[in-house]
Amino acid sequence: MSNLVLRTATRLLLPLLMLFSIFLLLNGHNAPGGGFIGGLVAAAAFILHSLAFGADATQEAMRLRLDNIIGLGLLIILTSGLIPLALGYPFMRGVWLKQEIPVIGHFGTPFLFDIGVYFVVIGITLLIMFNLEIEQE
Amino acid sequence: MILLIILALSFSAAFIAPPVTNYTGYKRAGWLLSLIPFTLFALLVAQIPHLQSDHALTYTLPWVPSLNINLALRLDGLSLLLALLVTGIGGFIILYAAGYLDDHPQLDRLYFYLFLFMFAMLGVVLADNLLLIFIFWELTSITSYLLIGFNHGSASSRFAAKQALLITGAGGLALMAGLLLLIQITGVHTVTALIDQADAIQQHQLYPAILVLILLGAFTKSAQFPFHFWLPGAMAAPTPVSAYLHSATMVKAGVYLLARLFPVLGGTPLWFGLVVPVGVITAVLGGYVAWRETDLKRILAYATIGVLGILVTLLGLGTDHAIEAAMLFLLAHALYKGALFMVAGAIDHTMHTRDINKLSGLRAIMPQTAVATALAAISMAGLPPFIGFIGKELLYEATQEVPYGTLITTALIIANGLMLTAALLIAYRPFAGTFNPKPNQHPHEPSLALRLGPLTLATLGLIGGLLPTLFAEPLINLAIPPITQHESHLHLALWHGFNLTLLLSLITISFGFAVYIAYQHLQPRLVNLPPAKWSFTQLFKYSLQQFERLATFITTTLQPGQLNFYVTIIIITTIGLIAIVFIRTPSLLQFDIDQMSLSSIRVEEVLILILINISALMVTFTRRLKLVAIINALGSVGFGIALLYVTYSAPDLALTQIAIETLTVVLFMLVIYRLPAFANYTATRRRLSDGIIAVIGGAFMGLITLIATTATPVDSISYFFFIEENLERAHGHNIVNVILADFRGFDTMGETIVLAVAAAGVIALMRMQRDTE
Repeated sequence: MSNLVLRTATRLLLPLLMLFSIFLLLNGHNAPGGGFIGGLVAAAAFILHSLAFGADATQEAMRLRLDNIIGLGLLIILTSGLIPLALGYPFMRGVWLKQEIPVIGHFGTPFLFDIGVYFVVIGITLLIMFNLEIEQE
Repeated sequence: MILLIILALSFSAAFIAPPVTNYTGYKRAGWLLSLIPFTLFALLVAQIPHLQSDHALTYTLPWVPSLNINLALRLDGLSLLLALLVTGIGGFIILYAAGYLDDHPQLDRLYFYLFLFMFAMLGVVLADNLLLIFIFWELTSITSYLLIGFNHGSASSRFAAKQALLITGAGGLALMAGLLLLIQITGVHTVTALIDQADAIQQHQLYPAILVLILLGAFTKSAQFPFHFWLPGAMAAPTPVSAYLHSATMVKAGVYLLARLFPVLGGTPLWFGLVVPVGVITAVLGGYVAWRETDLKRILAYATIGVLGILVTLLGLGTDHAIEAAMLFLLAHALYKGALFMVAGAIDHTMHTRDINKLSGLRAIMPQTAVATALAAISMAGLPPFIGFIGKELLYEATQEVPYGTLITTALIIANGLMLTAALLIAYRPFAGTFNPKPNQHPHEPSLALRLGPLTLATLGLIGGLLPTLFAEPLINLAIPPITQHESHLHLALWHGFNLTLLLSLITISFGFAVYIAYQHLQPRLVNLPPAKWSFTQLFKYSLQQFERLATFITTTLQPGQLNFYVTIIIITTIGLIAIVFIRTPSLLQFDIDQMSLSSIRVEEVLILILINISALMVTFTRRLKLVAIINALGSVGFGIALLYVTYSAPDLALTQIAIETLTVVLFMLVIYRLPAFANYTATRRRLSDGIIAVIGGAFMGLITLIATTATPVDSISYFFFIEENLERAHGHNIVNVILADFRGFDTMGETIVLAVAAAGVIALMRMQRDTE
């Protein structure tokens, strides 16, 4: 695919979409959004890129391998469950920082959990999509 | 604490053993590792003074307190007897295995399983918590499976392992159900606590069900008729395993359980009526089949079944005498049968055959083995001055005083007589006569590792008979009180004077010899007697095949692999179930038109509805060739719904819907060219019926939506709960997200893992297809 319009538009849209997905992720605890939607939007951004430049180019640009992204997400989710355990609470109990962090606001393990979901969703969606796209070519 | 140490030591031994084996070499590893069980044995022996004064040693450590699974351990006389057998015989087995498998590449693996089994078996006898007993019980079944299938290259080994696992596993499930019922009606979780409620349990209406379930568990484990057939099959295991699990210890677990739960469940007419007949039949059956076999190990296996039958019979009788006899018999049997199995393996190892018709004159070549065999076999035959003789005397004393005494005594005389015949077959035939070596045999006395166990165990059987006060009497006297619940002052002696019991012994012995003499002449013709032609194993195989056929039938019927079939089934089932609810309670079928506030419908809502419906019609009626159009129309439906969410102020749903819809369209585009042609969609009738189902399904969903949103006033408890809880405890305003990431975080975590696994599956499927292309 060598559509100039698509490529140029992608270059412009990709940062915006990524910014939006991170916005959704950070905002998710108090307003519409969250790890799942954020992850889907980020995945959509990468898919747009892959449609314009090819899946191989996108994977190269992403640096991280997709299965590693899934693993990273699962690891973050597990960590968010283990932190309260280390502090003497039951597994997966929400633990929050007392101080607010600028931009993010309250930060706690459910938030970390959401970040994990974000990565898992990106990884799984792209893994399936890219495999199908490579099939196509 | 010492109990926990014992369990921990045996568990860690499983992981220490393989590296030690590979590092030091087999020979040294055998001697070195046998020290572990012997240490445990010594630790247990050191507890005897405590037990004699205090009756029991207990230790409790919370494990899963929310499920009431605690490491409630308890060592009393009964557990001690079993634990000593497990560790004492275990030590010799570990040593023996190194000699037996000296040319096998995987002794380390055998050691891993053996120690794991030792841990599980010690767990069974030391556990006081019912659920803990069950866990260890299952672990013995699993390790037994692994050990029977140790030579997993052979199909018969694998089948025998599976057979044993299925039977003992099914029994284990029954046992679990029985134990859970016990916990449910009493509310307590330990055997000790159950004993206090024995009367209430026995009068409970669920008592028969509990009893049957628990007996199923015990009978399958202890190879009672009609579940006995897995035990001869289990002889596919290497001989150390047969000697250890399938004669001395694991098969006694069922007997142990009967003894352990006797004060809770035993002593009723139902107990007597269920346990005694099974035991008697098993005893006679085991004896009957044993002397018709020619393979040493199979003879021993059937003789073991016979003895297990006798033990079960005695526990079924439940009188003080019967329980005394059972405990002594259990000890005697473990000593002689462990020895005989090890001898059979040693003969097999040096002569490469276990067929008694091919072995003769071995006494000249392996004199020490011959001595061990003779000692053990005399004990097995129940001749004086061995511990087996005292056991038999006690047995007849017990059977004389019970209901149906004559019948039971007669049956046990037959069983014991046939046991003597089997003992002669094992100990006399292969060793007597002249030795005629085959060209490739290099006959020699088995190595010390192979001899030490049988010699020691057989000698203990003799000492136990000659000097019963040395170890047999104190052990038995400790083991009896936990079963009978009162003190035991049993005095063991070889000589009881001239009485009926002695006469019965004499009858038994003459019967056994008579059968043996007759056997010499009859043996060729006996092979065709039942149950040679049909066997339980055949029956088991047949029913397993039928079961698999049924499973295949169900699977191919319900899972043809066509997506449209699944969707049709799902829609029809849903409609059907909902229709049943409406037919049974027609009052549900009403909705309030006024509440729908039709007047407040806005223009944009109508436009969106029209968009959705036109798109849906396009999907249905577009020709196959315009696939892209279908996908775009499907996408329009989805985006239309997202728009609806926006108008009804559900931004969260709208966001998700838009994101999902975008990706779905892309996914469809990528996938749809790979789908096969819809050849079977062309039939008009099929399309018509699918259309009708779809329309009815849609109508039903619409109807339910109407009812759900209008008929019952919504008064959600969860809404206010989450509103309040979210702010205070979860620091969030977005209810949906807080539920996903916090309140129901565990579910979400499971879902992410499922997704990851599913993704791996998708990739694997696609790669597989790519490879075939």
